[in-house]
Amino acid sequence: MDRIPILKMGDALLITIQVDMHDRLALALEEDLTAKIAATKAKGVLIDISSLEIVDSFIGRMLDNIAAVSRMLDADTVVVGMRPAVAITLVELGLSLTGVKTALNVERGMLMIQNRLRGLGDFSGRRS
Amino acid sequence: MAVVRDDVMPVRSSDDIVRVRQEVRARAIEIGLSLVDQTKIVTAASELARNTLDYGGGGTTRLEVVQDGGRRGIRLTFEDKGPGIADVELALKDGYTSGKGLGLGLSGARRLSNEFFIESKPGEGTRVTIVRWK
Repeated sequence: MDRIPILKMGDALLITIQVDMHDRLALALEEDLTAKIAATKAKGVLIDISSLEIVDSFIGRMLDNIAAVSRMLDADTVVVGMRPAVAITLVELGLSLTGVKTALNVERGMLMIQNRLRGLGDFSGRRS
Repeated sequence: MAVVRDDVMPVRSSDDIVRVRQEVRARAIEIGLSLVDQTKIVTAASELARNTLDYGGGGTTRLEVVQDGGRRGIRLTFEDKGPGIADVELALKDGYTSGKGLGLGLSGARRLSNEFFIESKPGEGTRVTIVRWK
């Protein structure tokens, strides 16, 4: 069965979703990711969706689930690289992914995670 | 309304949903939909094909390129012979689900389309038709 690779980048894990997700692949990803967070003690998870041409409620729910599970394992999730057409469609669909942090690209997402780790303010990077 | 092209695809597995998305995308590009409109119709198709599979127990998706006067559009019909929907009004409400989904499939697909029709009879099945015009 196909697996989505999970790369370690400093204190964060990077997942690049490039293929059309289906149910089994999404479930396998949740399992692999949680195991990897536990093994590496990662504090952040970056999910790059810049290759995805659509995000439907199935993928949206997967992103929400990953964020919720990672939070329980003390890791923050940032979804990065959403295409503008996907953002417009998601909001019209009624799915605004309120449980998920987003950043424009991997670099900014990484910065959000590092800011939190260094205690430079809250998770959004603002100084309190 | 004239039908320019007509294809029927099976929806029996998760992989079939991926194929439906790819075909809808190809047609959307063919009739010259903008990138945002392509994304909307493909997303709506993905939601409805998943309903056909998850709630209808599988069925078919009909992809038609239609012409009405000078304008072209895509008409998609999702049909199953599953348990049907007892209360269609309720099923169209945001957040309503009989399963484990988010309950956005039907209502979301309606918002993403220019035209939306649903027919369902308990015990006989469900047919949802959407149209997106160029």
